This record gives sequence, C-alpha cells and structure tokens, in this order.
Amino acid sequence: MLQVDGLCKAFGDFRAVNGASLTVRPGDLVAVIGPNGAGKTTLFNLITGHLQADRGSIRFRGEEISRLPAHEICRRGIARSFQIANIFPRLSVFENVQVAVLSAKGLSRSLFRPTRRLVREETEGILDRVGLLNRRVDLAGSLSHGDKRILEIAIALGNEPRLLILDEPTAGMSPEETAATLALIRRLAREEGLTILFCEHDMEVVFNVATSIMVMQHGSTLIQGPPPQVRADPAVQEAYLGRD
Amino acid sequence: MRPERSLSPARLWAFGLWLALFLTPLAAGRFTVYILGVILVTGLLAMSLNLLVGHGGAYQFHHGAFYGVGAYTAALLITKTSLPAWVGLAAGPAAAAAAGLLIGSLCIRLNKLYFGMIQISLGSLLWILALRWYDLTNGDDGIHGIPLPEILSGSGPTFTFILLVVGVCLLGMHRILESPFGTTLRAIRDNPQRCAAVGINVRRHQLAAIGIAAFFAGVAGVLFVVLEGSVFPDMLFWVLSLEIFIMCLLGGWFTFFGPMVGAAIIVLLRTVVGGYTEYWTLILGVVLILLIFFLPEGLMGVGHRLRVYRHRAAGAPSRGADRAAG
Repeated sequence: MLQVDGLCKAFGDFRAVNGASLTVRPGDLVAVIGPNGAGKTTLFNLITGHLQADRGSIRFRGEEISRLPAHEICRRGIARSFQIANIFPRLSVFENVQVAVLSAKGLSRSLFRPTRRLVREETEGILDRVGLLNRRVDLAGSLSHGDKRILEIAIALGNEPRLLILDEPTAGMSPEETAATLALIRRLAREEGLTILFCEHDMEVVFNVATSIMVMQHGSTLIQGPPPQVRADPAVQEAYLGRD
Repeated sequence: MRPERSLSPARLWAFGLWLALFLTPLAAGRFTVYILGVILVTGLLAMSLNLLVGHGGAYQFHHGAFYGVGAYTAALLITKTSLPAWVGLAAGPAAAAAAGLLIGSLCIRLNKLYFGMIQISLGSLLWILALRWYDLTNGDDGIHGIPLPEILSGSGPTFTFILLVVGVCLLGMHRILESPFGTTLRAIRDNPQRCAAVGINVRRHQLAAIGIAAFFAGVAGVLFVVLEGSVFPDMLFWVLSLEIFIMCLLGGWFTFFGPMVGAAIIVLLRTVVGGYTEYWTLILGVVLILLIFFLPEGLMGVGHRLRVYRHRAAGAPSRGADRAAG
C-alpha cells in the first residue's frame, strides 16, 4: 500500500531523515520507533507532503506521491494526526470533524447550502466511534489535552482515509488516557480493518499493539519486521532496547 | 437535536431594525437619513472586510482598494460612456471582484504580514492611478455630479435603495458564512496547516474568499456613488482601509454584525464630535486603547462572552466527566 525507499531530508547540515525505508501493507498496524530525534516526525511529514524530500521515493497504491502538496496527498487517502494537538480551536467539536467530512465529499466550496444540515450523520457517527459525541457543541479549544488528541484522530477519520497516520498519539497523555487511546487505535485497526501507521517512543505500547515495527536510528531504517523478530534483533537490542 | 441556532433573538432584532429603518425617511430629517446611509455603506464595506479578517484570518490590509474600484468603475462607465446608468452600477461589483482575484492571486503566495504589505503596495498603485491619470479620473478633484437613474433622485428613494441592497448583501454574506465554504474558511483561519492535511486547497479557498469580499466591497463602492453622486481618490487611499479595519476590531471581529456597529460608532463620532473639534480622532484613540485593554473581542464580542458565562452558570456538564459514557 505504502512503499518508502531511500528517503532523505536534510535541514542545513543536519540529516533528519537519511535513507529511510518503510513498507505498509493493507490491514497492517505499523509502528515506527526510535529515540527522540531519530527522524520519525520528519518521516511522517515527508509522507504527508508537509515537507518535500531531497531524495528517495514514496509510493502510495502504486503512485509516486513525494512531489505532491499536502492537500493532494490527503485526497488520495492518507489522513494524519499531529504530535501537538492540531485542531480548530474556535470551531465546535462537531464542526472540527465536519470540515474534514465536507472536504472528503468535495463539498468544501459549496456556497449557498447551510452547513448545519450537511453530513450530519457521518460526522456524528465518527464522534460516536471515538467517544466525543456528547461534547459536540463545545468549542474544541476548551477540551482537555487528551480529548484534543482524540479529536485529532476523529478529524483524520473524517477524510475516510485508506491509510491513517498518527504521530505519537499518546504523547502527553495520562495513563488512563493512553489506555483509552490505545484501545481506540486497536479497535480501528482490528474491527474496522483500517490500515494505520503510527510512531511512539513508549516501547510497551508498541509491542502490545503493532503488527509490524520499523526501528529508526539517526534518520535511517535499522530493521522492519514483526514484533518478535524486532525484539530478538541484536542490533536493535544494542541500539535501543538494551538501554531501557 | 439541533445544537445550532437558526432564528436567534439577535437575528430577529436585526431584521426588525432593518424593517424599521425603511420608515426613517418619513420621520427623520434629510441629514439624519444621509448619515444613516453613510453608516450602512461604510458598515457593508467593513463587514465585507470582516469576511476575510474575522472569519478568514487573512491580513487584508488594503480592502478599501476594491471599494474604490467598484465606485470608480461605476462612475467612469456612467460619465464616459453612453451605457445606461444601471449597467455602470452593476459593473462596479464585478470589476471589484475581478480586481480582488487579480491582486489576491499575486498576494496569496505570501504569508500573513507579507501578504498585507504587498497588498498595500498594489492597492496604492490603483490610488496613484486615480490620483494622477487626470484625463480619465480628474485626479484629486474626483468625479462629481454623476447622473443616476431617475428612480434614485431624492434622499428618501436613495436611502431606501441603499437599505434594500445592503439587506440583500447581508443575507448573502450570512448565507455564505453558514455554508460549507464559510465553515471551511473559519477552519483555515484557525489552522491552515490542519486544513491542508484534511485535503483543502487553502490558497484557492482563500483566493475565492478574497474575490467574494472584494465583490461586496464593490457593492459598497457603488452605493457610495448612489449616495454622494461623486467619487474621490481618497476612497483608494490606505488610510480608509485602516479605518474599516478599526471598525471590525471595535465592533467585534468574531461576530457577524460587529463591523456594522463599529462603522456606526466611527461615523457618529466623526459627525458629532467632529462637529465640535477637528481632533475627534483623539477621542477615537482613547476609545480604542480602552477597548484593546478591556474588550479585546470588540463590543459585540461581549454579548457572546456573557452567553458563555450564563451557559456555564446554568450547570453545563463539567469537563471530562462525560466521556466515560461515550
């Protein structure tokens, strides 16, 4: 579904991503792990078009997407959440998701129909799935940090993505919020068959949930494989697991 | 199951006030009716600017340019060609929208402040054109005595016409703001990066908004011609753009009617206080300073804040307690 090869991105002299590779097959729940500064977020920004790669290829469903702008990549079926809560603070929770649904249905530029009657069921369905339905009239900016992160996932779901990319979905969350978020991610992947790519630096989280793990170090891919194989790999143990 | 309000008291009040204004030419003197006309025209201009500033989050620093383009297009077509006056009046907003799309497409590639700065430069070119192209525009004398259709003679019919057109424009703007286009525009204001990530072409959307706002500014420009029968280069000068920006801030830039209220305050200040002293802007300055300190969301923003407090006092569900149910 997604095939990344030899991807490079430098900021000045600093090579944030330096020859990273990644494979995501349909139905996978792929985790990217690596220490802070390994280039995980940069890799995601490259895939979703928020940054342009210097070299390498990103193929999504057979199409090269590394030169496309962010909104075009989104229209091809990749939706994402961000590491910091990235929402529309002055819109209601309902409108936050509605904006994404309208965009997915090509209605964003409709001028004379009242928004409040459009895509109501779809939007409320998504809010229900993530458990935010009873906050729908509240301003998004007034939500707690954990709820904002959940809302982010809901916005991404509004695009009806083929591939959902989550950038450290549990960062800054309390243990309870983390557990709830993981349960949500697992449900989306197992019950709804959504393909998900996420990054995390909490090892326990990753080995519990992922079907495939890619380990990143200094911007390069160390290994990608199923959790047992990654756990057993000597290079990974030395580079990352051993120190924990 | 309808969280959004459709016929709020505020809207009923606004509609009632609008209907009541139709009666003013019968009851009030010519000068009062004229001042009301100035408020409506300026308010429409400020509200069109607020589509971009309050709702779109764009640094539209020279919106007055499109007001001037609308007015000059109407004035020139009526005085320099043999076309019927109505054609000139209708062409004004169209020309303004075209100018908006043209200038907008040059600015839109730049971010925030740079967007505003380049817009001031391009708008000032139009101002210089109106000021220096003496043969066409009469320079800083402006164009006077523009002949208007018979129906619009006299202050009463002029005012009624302005009131009608402003009413239709406000309905149109309101409709646009409540449409998916408007919701998306507010989303772009809040977070353009997130918008791109949900598949919205941010620049194209903003450009369309600039075209729409310029159109309504052009309507205001044409109404100025109807009201005054003349045009001046000052309509294109950046100081006017600053003034309508202040109206938006003063009245409340996150509200729909705020800029109209701001326009009323500034026009009245200028008329009433300006009658006693030429330093009326001193009072405006003090009002603005107080406003920025105490009411950063403008006058109409206060009403919104009061509603939020009342909502909370009435026992709105406490945060976080209700998600477990979801």
